[in-house]
Amino acid sequence: MSARDDILRDVRQALAGVSPAVDVPPAPRAPDRGGLVALFLERVEDYRAVVTRCAADEVEQVVRHVLGPARAVVPPALGLDLPGAIVDDGFTATELDAYDAVVTRAAVGIAETGTVVLDHRPDQGRRAITLVPDLHVCVVDAGQVVADVPDAIALLDPARPLTWISGPSATSDIELDRVEGVHGPRTLHVVLVG
Amino acid sequence: MTGTFVGMPAFPTAARQALGDTQLRRNLAHATHVIRDKRAKVVAEVEDWEELRLAGAGVKEAALRDLATHLETLEASLVRAGATVHWARDAEEACAIVAEVTKAHGVDEVVKVKSMATAEIGLNEALEAEGIAAWETDLAELIVQLGDDLPSHILVPAIHRNRAEIREIFLRRMGDVGRPAPADLTDEPAVLAAAARAHLREKFLRARVAVSGANFAVADTGTLVVVESEGNGRMCLTLPEVLISVVGIEKVVATWADLDPLLRLLPRSSTGERMNPYTSTWSGVTPGDGPQEVHVVLLDNGRTRALADDVGRQALRCIRCSACLNVCPVYERVGGHAYGSVYPGPIGAILNPLLHGVSDEQTASLPYASSLCGACFEVCPVRIDIPSVLVDQRAAVVDYHRADRVPKAEAVAMKAASWAFSDSRRLRTAERASGLAGRVLGRFSRTTLPGGRAAAGRLPGPAAGWTGARDLPAPPEESFRDWWDRTDGGRDGGAR
Repeated sequence: MSARDDILRDVRQALAGVSPAVDVPPAPRAPDRGGLVALFLERVEDYRAVVTRCAADEVEQVVRHVLGPARAVVPPALGLDLPGAIVDDGFTATELDAYDAVVTRAAVGIAETGTVVLDHRPDQGRRAITLVPDLHVCVVDAGQVVADVPDAIALLDPARPLTWISGPSATSDIELDRVEGVHGPRTLHVVLVG
Repeated sequence: MTGTFVGMPAFPTAARQALGDTQLRRNLAHATHVIRDKRAKVVAEVEDWEELRLAGAGVKEAALRDLATHLETLEASLVRAGATVHWARDAEEACAIVAEVTKAHGVDEVVKVKSMATAEIGLNEALEAEGIAAWETDLAELIVQLGDDLPSHILVPAIHRNRAEIREIFLRRMGDVGRPAPADLTDEPAVLAAAARAHLREKFLRARVAVSGANFAVADTGTLVVVESEGNGRMCLTLPEVLISVVGIEKVVATWADLDPLLRLLPRSSTGERMNPYTSTWSGVTPGDGPQEVHVVLLDNGRTRALADDVGRQALRCIRCSACLNVCPVYERVGGHAYGSVYPGPIGAILNPLLHGVSDEQTASLPYASSLCGACFEVCPVRIDIPSVLVDQRAAVVDYHRADRVPKAEAVAMKAASWAFSDSRRLRTAERASGLAGRVLGRFSRTTLPGGRAAAGRLPGPAAGWTGARDLPAPPEESFRDWWDRTDGGRDGGAR
């Protein structure tokens, strides 16, 4: 018998006579706190991320300012004019390591938890580009912000790879002192549009 | 100490040793209290926490009750998404699969995401025996690995180490296995983390094979989920060409929507955050993005044994948040090593005997490593009734020893008591004897209890196990029956 057959047989034997019917109560919804965008910004900042809010016609200017002289990589369909930024061309990890910054958009923002979620479509790029450079500038539209985790799960496509980001990389492994930036970007800058 | 729990002594022996380590107790008390307070604060933010717990428990329980169906669905979804699915009955099979896939790519090293399943099966040691170096990339796991040490906590495996010890380990060992720590390394957490970043980055950038576990596996979409903080997980999950994920069969949930209560419960319960910094989800292979060869090893290793236990089955709901460790008065004092397993604390005290049985002395001692105070059940986000399972496992230990040819001391004492209590003349004789003993003990005792009653301190012989940690009140010199006879039920007055 293969390991597969053995395990499935053992599972069935273990549950012989056990009813599969379980009362699963629905997960409660978070109460509507109103002011979603304000809550989102407050919670993102609470994670020691940097936050800027601006109007739609100010985005390019704000992002250029945030980047300064940093060498930036961008996904193929970012849709922002950033002089000097290089479009990701399937760089190797070592090549990406030469970049200081990355600019992307997001798929969803979650107010309750201060999270941005990337689903890595062409305006967000491959997973590696938001991981190796040390500064991640993430442009989020106010209309993309939802209240809580269940709303995000309902919107997102599980067939795509997803990256949920809440603040910069962090560790509390040394005497539970929080340190930002272990392996991922040490700075997360969220630019909220609208 | 070496990096394996094999041959650890039973809990009472290991606990006694830990209790003597003042530094360890100080580190643990600080750490558990900090996490406990953080957790309480963010849990209090959620108005419907109890409803959320019920939903989380329900989702996991439903998945377990129909596990075979969900596993078959998961396998089909994963294969459809381009992954290769393997099944492993035990640790040995799982380790062999990982080694085989690694060797097929001609490499002699892998990078690892912190994973309880791979620690449980002793993967690093098994790979080392095959000439493959497995680099732990979680900061705490790195500290444990470099220190040739054992993990002592599910969430923060190096919780027993302070910053001075970590600095010393980095200085001494990093150079042996890669980029050395800078010579001017201080014990500032930020400086230590930076040294780990530099040390590991060269490994991330060159690694071709990575190994992970998974926090959840979604059957209907074939999605695996890894929840982490440092970004080392993302590094391993996305940069190498090949990814091997070792997933316990109890990790499966039925649908994508089932992740909702779990992703709200887990970070708040474990690190005391509203959300952990990074959550990665993926299903098989995504062309042009991430590993282009993905393997999933579905692991039993005792889980079907636990599944067959009607009371203990609920332990498989565990999402490894470690909240039960941080509130446990026993764990706080003895730490993680005393439990002799990668699963310490209250959950370890039930999970280990459920997975492996109580036939050896070490696992059989674990259900007793508890005060049954119930704090672990209170904090468990998926409502595992740990105290009830502990009591049930104690019964399993007793049942296992029922046929022993040499009865245990408790059994002898209980039998003697039952003999004495079943006949009033025997009881009277026994009481007279104990009154006599009381006079003797009272004379030699060094302790006086509140109220003036004498108590015996440390007694020799079989009673030492009891009196080593407690005072034994001396028996009264006169029994109640004797007093009744002498005073005619108190009508004759008179103390003597």
